[in-house]
Amino acid sequence: MITIIDYGMGNLGSIANMVKKVGGQSFITSDLNEIKKATKLILPGVGSFDNGMSKLRELDLIDILNKKVLEDKVPIMGICLGMQLMTNFSEEGKLVGLGWIDAQSKKFVSDKLKIPHMGWNIIYQKKVSKLFDELTSEKRFYFVHSYCVSCNKEEDILTKTSYVHDFVSSFERENIIGVQFHPEKSHKFGMALFKNFVEKY
Amino acid sequence: MLKTRVIPVLLMKNRGLYKGVKFKNHKYVGDPINTVKIFNDKEVDELVLLDIEASKYNKVIDFEFIEEIATEAFMPLAYGGGIRSLEDARRLFGIGIEKIILNTSAIENMDLLEVLIRNFGSQSIVVSLDIKKSIFKKYRVYAKSASLKTRYNPIEFAQKMQDIGVGEIIINSINNDGMMNGYDLKIIKEISDTLDIPVIACGGAGKLEHFVDAIKNGVHACAAGSMFVYNGVHKAVLISYPKYERLCQLFKEK
Repeated sequence: MITIIDYGMGNLGSIANMVKKVGGQSFITSDLNEIKKATKLILPGVGSFDNGMSKLRELDLIDILNKKVLEDKVPIMGICLGMQLMTNFSEEGKLVGLGWIDAQSKKFVSDKLKIPHMGWNIIYQKKVSKLFDELTSEKRFYFVHSYCVSCNKEEDILTKTSYVHDFVSSFERENIIGVQFHPEKSHKFGMALFKNFVEKY
Repeated sequence: MLKTRVIPVLLMKNRGLYKGVKFKNHKYVGDPINTVKIFNDKEVDELVLLDIEASKYNKVIDFEFIEEIATEAFMPLAYGGGIRSLEDARRLFGIGIEKIILNTSAIENMDLLEVLIRNFGSQSIVVSLDIKKSIFKKYRVYAKSASLKTRYNPIEFAQKMQDIGVGEIIINSINNDGMMNGYDLKIIKEISDTLDIPVIACGGAGKLEHFVDAIKNGVHACAAGSMFVYNGVHKAVLISYPKYERLCQLFKEK
């Protein structure tokens, strides 16, 4: 059972549907007690960094998430803003992030390319991961973001993607995964990724 | 990765999907949610959903149903039809729509267009230009699902949309809609030559080669309705979409 954390940042229906489609079960909740019982988590999110952190605080979820992720080592996947919240801070906001991964979120700056980076792009794998089992050929995913993650520890980087410059499109460290793209909007590629997250984590 | 996008356009009214000819005589082709599920399996990279009655009959947007559709869509989804306010747009993005498409509102209320672009960014705002060619071969922009003729010349209007900050333009040919004989390449070329922003051809595609014709005339993406919902000369309803490898080969990419 995957617990999808609902902190008021976007429609989570397509995530739940995709988990179901690949044979998993999920549950959307913002309830502290439900999250306490979780054995696998997804931290989704669309919106601004400070807004996301404030909502987590308002719902009193930060302490329990720290415990689940850092002490109990429950597998967690952050998607888009969810990934960025896992870093130390973002140039987008003033609040500190969850700081689970030694990284930060920086603004894309370009006078040539359009910001946000919106559309399909390719991810290049930097290390082996169960998350990409059975995804051997070109991996395409759908992106929408104006800020991107840069990791301070090379070994945390799972994939990179090129837009304006190379950026970290996903990271993985122990039980913590973050993906900048939207697997729930990336049809067969996203389905393969969710299937691996459901079955192998 | 394929740069040229190929986008199925689904026309909706009263929670059913329809397809017409020249924006008229719409026939029922199926259930939207079921159709989106089929497109999920066909690895469609982007989908357009248009409510063809929302503006024409001044109906409110069916947010509840659109949310159901967005929840089933494993690809980015653009929605158009009856968007009249900042609040409408906000709700649509909130229920999981990636881009909103304006037609009547873009024509009648350019202030709203500016507000939307300021709030959500150019990349999320698309304008659909429904264009009709008169018997004197003069092109005009139409509103309210082709039921209202405006005074706008499409090229000037498209330029204006780009200047305001619209992210993409769909050129939808009323004359060619549902005919499946190819796009109106003349107007496509004229508009593509004028604009820097992405142009999406729509109206008239009946076979894959029509996409190539449109690309040669400067478009960034090809949209089609009939071609992806009908099969054969008798127009039996059958949802289809070309394979990725076939599209790569067709556009000679990769």
